[in-house]
Amino acid sequence: MTEFLTAALGFILAILAVGLVRILRGPGDADRMMAAQLIGTSGIAALLLLGTVSGVSAAVDVALTLALLAAFTSISFVKKGTSRFEADLPGSTEAG
Amino acid sequence: MSFALDIVTIAAVSAGAFFFLAGTVGLLRFPDTLTRLHALTKADNLGLGLMVLGLLPRTESLRDGIKLICVWVIVLLAGATVSQLIAYAARREGSRQ
Repeated sequence: MTEFLTAALGFILAILAVGLVRILRGPGDADRMMAAQLIGTSGIAALLLLGTVSGVSAAVDVALTLALLAAFTSISFVKKGTSRFEADLPGSTEAG
Repeated sequence: MSFALDIVTIAAVSAGAFFFLAGTVGLLRFPDTLTRLHALTKADNLGLGLMVLGLLPRTESLRDGIKLICVWVIVLLAGATVSQLIAYAARREGSRQ
């Protein structure tokens, strides 16, 4: 069972590495931010697997912290350059 | 009993890994920002949920199991909020160009 979970851990880390290609290709800031979000989610999965494989229960606490930090990263990205959220976008073609 | 729990772990962790793969392939292959966001947020949260489900039989105490579920719930809540915010930012970026 340990071998299987270790293999799953390696697979998740490989997927995380492949997802980093999106940071390289862009094209927009939002796409790069999504790759960072992928690092958050698959990093949490990798930490949970690692905690179970090695019996280090502190890894789950690290995963909790990473979940919080990943959310804050994206929120600070969206708040970048805006002092508040506008109710409507300038130049938006949508009604309402 | 232990054999049945092993089967649950193997099945759920494999399914979770598959959904992570699907999310990453979607992130790399889909044509525009919003479809990529769709692929990433749905598939990854489901994959993490299946991973947590698969790891639950391997926890040593009830407290550890509850903590695992808490990680998943936080990721779900954060993922739902953050995907809306990133879509907002993508739309703002698009309207500037």
